Amino acid sequence: MTQFLGTVAVLVWKDLKLEFRSRDILVSVLVFGLLVALLFSFALKPSPGEGARLAPAILWVALAFSGTITVTRTFVREQEQGGLEGLLLTPASRDAIFLGKALTSFLFMLAVEAVLLPAFSALLAAPLLSAGIAVTAVLATLGFATLGTLFSAIAVQTRSREIMLPVLFFPIILPLLIGAVESSAHALSGGGFSRWLPLMGVFDALFLVLCPWAFGAIMEE
Amino acid sequence: MCNPSPHRIMVAMVNKPSGVNPPAIQVRGLSKSFGDRLVLRDLDLEVSQGSFLALFGANGAGKTTLLRILSGQARADAGSVMVAGCSLPKHATTVRRRIGVVSHRGLLYDDLTCLENLVFYGRLFSLSDPVAQARQTLQRLALDSHASQRVRTLSHGQQKRLAIARAILHRPVLLLLDEPEAGLDRDSVNLLEGLLKDWTAQGGTVVMTTHDQARGAAWAHRAVVLADGHIHEQDAVQVERRS
Repeated sequence: MTQFLGTVAVLVWKDLKLEFRSRDILVSVLVFGLLVALLFSFALKPSPGEGARLAPAILWVALAFSGTITVTRTFVREQEQGGLEGLLLTPASRDAIFLGKALTSFLFMLAVEAVLLPAFSALLAAPLLSAGIAVTAVLATLGFATLGTLFSAIAVQTRSREIMLPVLFFPIILPLLIGAVESSAHALSGGGFSRWLPLMGVFDALFLVLCPWAFGAIMEE
Repeated sequence: MCNPSPHRIMVAMVNKPSGVNPPAIQVRGLSKSFGDRLVLRDLDLEVSQGSFLALFGANGAGKTTLLRILSGQARADAGSVMVAGCSLPKHATTVRRRIGVVSHRGLLYDDLTCLENLVFYGRLFSLSDPVAQARQTLQRLALDSHASQRVRTLSHGQQKRLAIARAILHRPVLLLLDEPEAGLDRDSVNLLEGLLKDWTAQGGTVVMTTHDQARGAAWAHRAVVLADGHIHEQDAVQVERRS
């Protein structure tokens, strides 16, 4: 177990170091997310009441697309530099490799959300900085990063990866995104923690069990 | 079946006379196809421990495919494969611990330094002191003065030497090298030749693909040609004539 966690930590540390030096994921994703918030803010000019009604949909559209860029880039970087082949030639378990990549994407997405939530809150005049929204964001991001990492690993091995990822990934992640939108709307209406949250937790647990197993099977060839 | 530890294999190789040890590679009836194209057909190959095999063949003959199967990166459609005392794909994790691979790609991270790349791989191989072993390996490949340089700033030849350093870092018993000398200058080729001679002298096994048949014949104990999906034995004179 210590060795397993050690491998995960080594992989995450390597990805954080590479990102700190190249900044090619966080900068592009942040610019994209802020641009979406700015465009919707100018187009809709929402009043405080309207902002709370519109914010869940706008927020999760922006986070879903920026999350897709994040999970894709973390694997594309491995593929471009041959690192994935290098990783698969080590005795490190496939589960540890998968969880290392998924945890990296999860941390990158949380970092982006930490900047985007206050920005969306200000630009859409919606109280997005609450415990209900924070728990929703963590649960949705965990599932998104886990499943996204698996589909990104599949997509980078195909020629048309930019098309393949959304086509394969979004139909399966849709229930989790619907849960995130509903839960966010519930929190914004002053209802606190939504009944959708336990369901999102079940999705996360399912993805955390099935995705590492599927990754191992896919990487066999 | 899988022998217990690479160290014990290495000790056995050094202590026992040639011919007594089980082969480092034993392939029987191996076939592999991509779609309709049969690349390897009913291929047999045996490589004894402590020997150096040069593998020749035209582009597309299946040399890289064979190395990928031997390293556990690809699965054979049919046949049995034993590498470093373990059967594939059943004991792939143990095999990966016992082999070092140099492929066409460097398998290095451009924005990490030479030392960081080796330490990273050293940790994945659970080396006891990855930093010390990484420094020692860099020195062996004459890259110690570039230890804190990022990979993207190295020349192609230096990157290739670093890829070789990555492959030997964990002291594997078997090296699978896919055209390791391609793009190297004369000094680096001499360095590689010395390293591989030392490697086999210490009981390690080397399988190297190359298009330079004269060099392959000069370096290796045995040369074979992969053609029509089969292995054809070559002696040094035949190899020289072909080249």
